[in-house]
Amino acid sequence: MSTTEDGGSIAIEVTVNGTRHRREVEPRLLLVQLLREDLRLTGTHIGCDTTYCGACTVIVNGEPVKSCTMLAVQADGAEILTVEGLAQDGELHPLQRAFSEHHGLQCGYCTPGMLMSAHALLARNPDPDRRQIRKGIQGNLCRCTGYQNIITAIDAAAAAMREGK
Amino acid sequence: MGWTGTSVRRKEDDRLVRGRGLFTDDELEPGMLHLHILRSPYAHARIVRIDTAAAEALPGVACVLTGREVAAQCEPFMQIGPPPCDKIRDLPMAVDKVVFQGEPVAVVAAATVALAEDAAQLIDVEYEMLEAVVEAEDALSDRSILHEAAGTNRTWQGVFEYGDVEGAFRDAASVVRIPRMKFHRFASTPLEPNACIAEWTRQGSVEFLCNNSFPGFAQQLLAPGLRLKADQLHIRTYDVGGSFGNKIWNYVYMALAALASKKAGGRRVKWTETRTEHLLGSGHGNERTYLDTEVALDRDGVITAVRSRHIDDCGAYTRYEPLGCVIWSQVLPATYKLRNMRIDFTQTVTNKCPVVPNRGYSRMQQLWFMERIVDICAHELGIPADEMRLKNYITQFPYETPNGCVYDSGNYPAMLAKGKELIGWDRWQREIAAGRKAGRLIGIGIGTTLDSGTNNFGQARIVNPFLPFSGNSEVCTMRLDIEGAVVVCLGTTPSGQGHETSASQVVADVLGIDPSMVYVRPGFDTAWNTFVGHSGTYASQFAVTGLSAVHGAAQKLKAEMRRLAAFMLEAAEEDLEFGTGAQGPEVRVKGTDKAINYWYMANLVNNNNAMLDESLGDVTLNVRHVYRPPFKVPDTERKFGNLTLTYAAQLHIAVVEVSRETCRPQVLAYAAVDDCGTLINPQIAHGQVHGATSHGIGAALMECLDYDETGNLLTATFSDYCPITALNIPDIAWGNIETPSPFSYNGAKGMGEGGGAPLHTMSAAIQDALHGAGVIVTGSHHSAPRLFEILQQPNRDEAVSVERRGGKQGRR
Repeated sequence: MSTTEDGGSIAIEVTVNGTRHRREVEPRLLLVQLLREDLRLTGTHIGCDTTYCGACTVIVNGEPVKSCTMLAVQADGAEILTVEGLAQDGELHPLQRAFSEHHGLQCGYCTPGMLMSAHALLARNPDPDRRQIRKGIQGNLCRCTGYQNIITAIDAAAAAMREGK
Repeated sequence: MGWTGTSVRRKEDDRLVRGRGLFTDDELEPGMLHLHILRSPYAHARIVRIDTAAAEALPGVACVLTGREVAAQCEPFMQIGPPPCDKIRDLPMAVDKVVFQGEPVAVVAAATVALAEDAAQLIDVEYEMLEAVVEAEDALSDRSILHEAAGTNRTWQGVFEYGDVEGAFRDAASVVRIPRMKFHRFASTPLEPNACIAEWTRQGSVEFLCNNSFPGFAQQLLAPGLRLKADQLHIRTYDVGGSFGNKIWNYVYMALAALASKKAGGRRVKWTETRTEHLLGSGHGNERTYLDTEVALDRDGVITAVRSRHIDDCGAYTRYEPLGCVIWSQVLPATYKLRNMRIDFTQTVTNKCPVVPNRGYSRMQQLWFMERIVDICAHELGIPADEMRLKNYITQFPYETPNGCVYDSGNYPAMLAKGKELIGWDRWQREIAAGRKAGRLIGIGIGTTLDSGTNNFGQARIVNPFLPFSGNSEVCTMRLDIEGAVVVCLGTTPSGQGHETSASQVVADVLGIDPSMVYVRPGFDTAWNTFVGHSGTYASQFAVTGLSAVHGAAQKLKAEMRRLAAFMLEAAEEDLEFGTGAQGPEVRVKGTDKAINYWYMANLVNNNNAMLDESLGDVTLNVRHVYRPPFKVPDTERKFGNLTLTYAAQLHIAVVEVSRETCRPQVLAYAAVDDCGTLINPQIAHGQVHGATSHGIGAALMECLDYDETGNLLTATFSDYCPITALNIPDIAWGNIETPSPFSYNGAKGMGEGGGAPLHTMSAAIQDALHGAGVIVTGSHHSAPRLFEILQQPNRDEAVSVERRGGKQGRR
């Protein structure tokens, strides 16, 4: 539960990649700042400040969210998944593997956000066509790849996940 | 050559897909300060007064710096241009007046980003507005001068004339005149913003972690700028989130972070720009206006001469400019065989963000110009666009252009044939004809382009004969580490191009091992002694400069290993072979099991050297190789010489329909054919081609850095600038041909910039769609509002004229 403290700090509790954290935060602190600066999960990136680029996308309670547009206090009590939580026991998630195999990344700056949007898409629709994949990542900018290989990678990951690989 | 040509999975990927890359902003430590830059809201204004007292008094603020203080501790950055550029006082912060919206006027270093921003809001700046000049031609009138000491806004002017232009026009069968064309302002806007961390150490040196993409150059500017020796600047990069040339001049901001650290007693200071700061103040692409263009053609539609006046708008400071005033001439005639050209080239400053090399830098503007000419002539003379290209393409290689550049190899007709096949040219011709009958605005267009790579820096002397630059070089150091691992350091600063992977492939081929056995250090570090003044990642050159350096170093290392192995195995050097055995990578006597592995070789040199003979005293297993392409200094009087080593080519074809209801252009089909010589890692090369295509389509249809008449940027957020998304990019049919370069050891051509092919292609397709509606495409940006405007007032009568003379066969 949130409680207002002296100096405007608010106590929150979030579960990130399965680990519970309690923090006192400034009301103006963004979720992405909490993740990057406080929890030091720097895989989530910042690319624009106006909710356009999607580099900061994480999954909050099962929904993809641009964490530069959510206050940390709004995430109080939430379950959050970031890119660091995708691999299990060191093994890459099928999406991560497919991005690498199909050259769906170059500089890698958009990649964490792209992976999280793709993750959310496949949770909703395990068998999307290429048009649906485009829609699923329309809120994520990539300046390097021209999207083509990202779409191919998500398509391949979806197939692998359906086959349980 | 087993690994070259193989799509080896990238070494960089594992850390990046796990979110375990290290981008500059990821570094954070207790006590670090954060820099916020207060920027001018005005494009041209005198700074009357700055009051920083309230900001300095805010708890948590370590220091505030204003222009006066910066000026007292800095030398103005070196200017590349000849007079009057030397009179431009280019400091990292405005002192008495601001010359573009977004120019820094003060900085605050504080305990947190938010505190620094809070404090900056307490700084009171009084401005006196001055008249802003935002159009290049206005600026050249010198009605309002940006840099008063220079006395003019004109930063460079020169005439590039080759062949017999007058004669060709005299003999022309027809002359096409295009009074005005314009290439718009945009930028590739890497997703990772500019960032740096600076620490002014107690030894008086400065430590930088940054994402600058040309540190060899940055060091040469920053050291004198900060009144330090070059060796006192320790510059490091690690993962860089895209650059596309845009991160070349963030050295200006590195200087501010360094000075803030100095004032804050040497605490580390981090600066990460916001996206709005990036769009306002991190460097735009060159904007260019083409005036009074005349094209001479013979009666077959072969272009015999072109003359024109070009005005380049470099924004408020020259910085990397006026290099753009010569770099376009690497592709003077584009892919066409005309021999007579006269281009009067002028550059001016305006009250807009300074320009910076942007993917396709300066050549893209010339290629678009030439493609527009060819395409407008085809439409006006009634020659099909494909035939027009075939009549005019260069077909013999190597080909020396009128200004002495040597196109290494290529096959443009084959690319055109492949492109037509990919898109289904004949079918589309029928569909377009049927569509037009039904009243649709639909067209097909071709864009042929060049990606010239590996600069001869001697071309800088064409803009300023006194510049101490020529040739090019890149460095690799390589060693057999103490445990026998092959360790490679590059002089480049990759930002997504997979250098760790392709360098490993080259080393693996030389030593006969697996790329996974080669460790290429991520990042760049001046302390590794692996750099020269040309080191960095820019201008489509890694496959040639970077990999030639790697190849050379691998051969040097191999030669040392061979001598060492011959001694230990008591065999002749020619009887040895390199490969992998039961104990890992080794050197063995051919046809035997007598071998020495890498661990033992490294052990002998590093820990166990009493075993060695005196004759091996010079064997260190630690080598450095500098690659230098075979360039000469160009003839600066004639503006003649070979300016680049390799010429990759792209040919794109698009079918575009412009909606009659909304004027929105829609891409119905798109094909892209690429030739970058021998492919080292096909997957990486294709990825570069995809990216360049996406940037070009975005720039042609969506992205524009638009200013109003007061110099106020109208597209200062991504929501306004609208970079291309997955929904806007069409499905693309890809094709590839390989014409190996005779000038690189591996047949590869530098690539990655892509020459702006989609810009030429979109303009051509829209030209084809709208020609029937009386429209001549004279601009490079085709947003729906612009197309609406032009369809309201078709421009053909003013935009082009054709004089037919039926004269003699023209000269080529």
